[in-house]
Amino acid sequence: MTDAPPERDFRLVHPAPRARRPVVPSEVIAMLVFVFTEVMFFGGLVSAHTITRSNWPMWPPPGQPRLPIEATAVNTAVLLASAGLLWLAGRRHVEGRARAPLLGAMAAGGFFVVAQGYEWVGLVREGLTMQSSTHGAFFYLIVGTHALHVLAGLGVLVALRARLAAGRLSVDEFTAGRIFWYFVVVLWPVLYWRVYL
Amino acid sequence: MSHPEHAHADHGHAAHGDHHHEMSFSEKYLFPTDHKYIAKQYMLTGMIMAVAAGFFAYAFRMQLAFPGMSVPFFGVVSPTEYNSLVTQHGSIMVFWVAMPVLIAAFGNFLIPLMIGADDMVFPRLNRLSYQLFLLSAILVVVGWFVPGGGFGGAWTSYPPLSAKAEYSLTPAGSSIWLAAVAVEFAAFLLGGINFVVTAMNARAPGMKWHDVPIVVWFICIASILFMASVGPLIAGAIMLLFDQQLGTHFFDPVAGGDPILWQHLFWFFGHPEVYVVLLPAIGICAEIIPVFARKKLFGYRAILYTGIATGVLSFFVWAHHQFVAGIDPRMANVFTITTVLISIPIAEMVFLYIATLYGGSIKFSVPMLWALSFIFCFLIGGVTGIFLGASGADIYLHDTYFVVAHFHYTFYPIAIIGTFAGVTHWFPKLFGRYMDEKLGQIHFWGTVLSFNLIFIPLFFTGLAGDHRRIYNYNNFAELGTPDLQWLRILATVALVIMLIFQVLFVYNFINSIFKGKLAPTNPWKATTLEWTTPSAQPGHGNWTPETMPSVYRGPYEYSAPGRDDDFHPQNVP
Repeated sequence: MTDAPPERDFRLVHPAPRARRPVVPSEVIAMLVFVFTEVMFFGGLVSAHTITRSNWPMWPPPGQPRLPIEATAVNTAVLLASAGLLWLAGRRHVEGRARAPLLGAMAAGGFFVVAQGYEWVGLVREGLTMQSSTHGAFFYLIVGTHALHVLAGLGVLVALRARLAAGRLSVDEFTAGRIFWYFVVVLWPVLYWRVYL
Repeated sequence: MSHPEHAHADHGHAAHGDHHHEMSFSEKYLFPTDHKYIAKQYMLTGMIMAVAAGFFAYAFRMQLAFPGMSVPFFGVVSPTEYNSLVTQHGSIMVFWVAMPVLIAAFGNFLIPLMIGADDMVFPRLNRLSYQLFLLSAILVVVGWFVPGGGFGGAWTSYPPLSAKAEYSLTPAGSSIWLAAVAVEFAAFLLGGINFVVTAMNARAPGMKWHDVPIVVWFICIASILFMASVGPLIAGAIMLLFDQQLGTHFFDPVAGGDPILWQHLFWFFGHPEVYVVLLPAIGICAEIIPVFARKKLFGYRAILYTGIATGVLSFFVWAHHQFVAGIDPRMANVFTITTVLISIPIAEMVFLYIATLYGGSIKFSVPMLWALSFIFCFLIGGVTGIFLGASGADIYLHDTYFVVAHFHYTFYPIAIIGTFAGVTHWFPKLFGRYMDEKLGQIHFWGTVLSFNLIFIPLFFTGLAGDHRRIYNYNNFAELGTPDLQWLRILATVALVIMLIFQVLFVYNFINSIFKGKLAPTNPWKATTLEWTTPSAQPGHGNWTPETMPSVYRGPYEYSAPGRDDDFHPQNVP
């Protein structure tokens, strides 16, 4: 080992180092990591619900009101449509025609939350509350947490809209904001399947 | 929201002349966005919380050694206070000492410096992260003083004890504690996102994935583990908070809930959490050992991949905490196998560190002593864990002091030894001065020897049947014997000695900040990028445009052949 000439590191004759160029924009990675945490959070809620549900011979427990499956199916379609409109807004952003589809996505998201609130009022009247059973508690916990996320997502869309109007919305910021809304929308059918059906 | 250019526009940013501008007091100390000051804030907050947690340990250990005695500086410990002290000691050491110091402080300080960036990608998000953390620390302290006292349902806070005020006797304390934990998780979520994005997008030109120092890798892996595991616990914490405050029955078996569910949600987070704090600590050792052995880290890629493997495996071991909670024995077998499997990557890492030492010219400086004692102590923790991971042995040992001694042999090296190793190693970079070597050596031996004296006796009391959650062993004829009581007194005396030795560290730390010998830029002749910045770093930003480093090689080129000095820094062509 002592006699061998020191190994020549080919990097000693180095080219100029590459400039710092991110592969994925920082905003987008940050949002993806955040969404990943959110997925785990909802995973926790849904699996807790599934385990509790499996302890009961029938679900919903006897004497508890049924959930409005059909009305919510329509509402689900409205929410999915809002994701489609936002996708359109993303495609048209470069051409500067994102305004109308973005407004449409916000309107559809707003309709979804209002319809959910209307549904809750009816269910509370029928006697489904957080204290009435674990069924009610999980329903309001999971659907309510999702509703808070929809409201937060609407806040994101409003902020995007304001920056778009001011002409300061970068492509990466728009992508990050849209990722959050897509997450909120795609999550809902899963929750609908686990909680309502 | 930071602009996308911010991360990699350090050159342009600096060229505009605000690179080393003088910062006002509030900009520097109250609301800093500079990663170095945020790191110091995290470190200081963690150290203050550690003093409180150490005092709590002193109070309840005194009660166990001399039951019913009026403890000096505390008074007589009542049973409720005892529960509260144990709970607060555990939760503070894990959530408000180990997490902020190891991940947040070292992550904030080291990641930008070691990858050659001027700051985090999202500096204001970073500031928000510390402010949320401070809020959570204030909340948990407030919880000690509300009517009924601080939460006393153990740091694992199992329902129904934690869910009902008539059991826990702390109606307000338990909810405040839960809220504090939740706010803290939000803080580390923001911090973790920042770490991962910064390490991905802000590396110096030329720094490839395998040129990134191990500690940066491990802090990022730990952040990912944290973010992947914390969701289910936040879900559980909300459910528990609703059980406490809204009268729901998520964990109440009488009304159709499931108390074991909480244990699964908690430990799905709780076990990866062990590796969340372990990885930064073991990463710190990976930085120190090559420097003071003057030898290349043996098996960089093997260490990196075993770190990733540990992280993945850590998600499949949690149910070893429920072996006696009535889980299916076939399931217990599966979790026994995964638990024992995880010792393989950790053992491999230890072997690779020993291989790094082999044939090196070892210098027993204070950081090196801490790093080596980390390996020694953690090894004892790992080996005793095998008995607890095996479901058969665990049925006997569950909830005894054997468990307490075991996890202190893992957490103490992580939270205390790892922190001391990191602080003493990077002190010249943190404050521009050396720490006193002699005082450091005395503090090291005093701390490590007394630590072993605390917990070795507890292995034996645990084997003799000491249950963890007992206020006064004299109430149990078979446990209140003089032989066992003598061991408990030994552990308590050793604890008091260890705490007294910490005064030496605090003195050395504060004295060295102001009066220590001035340190040069690269006092340890190390290769990584943080040693290329001026030691007392001025202002916001780490490098001037001219000195901004480019990277040509891996981080551990010691005893490099064909060079005059024995090391080859990453930024030297």
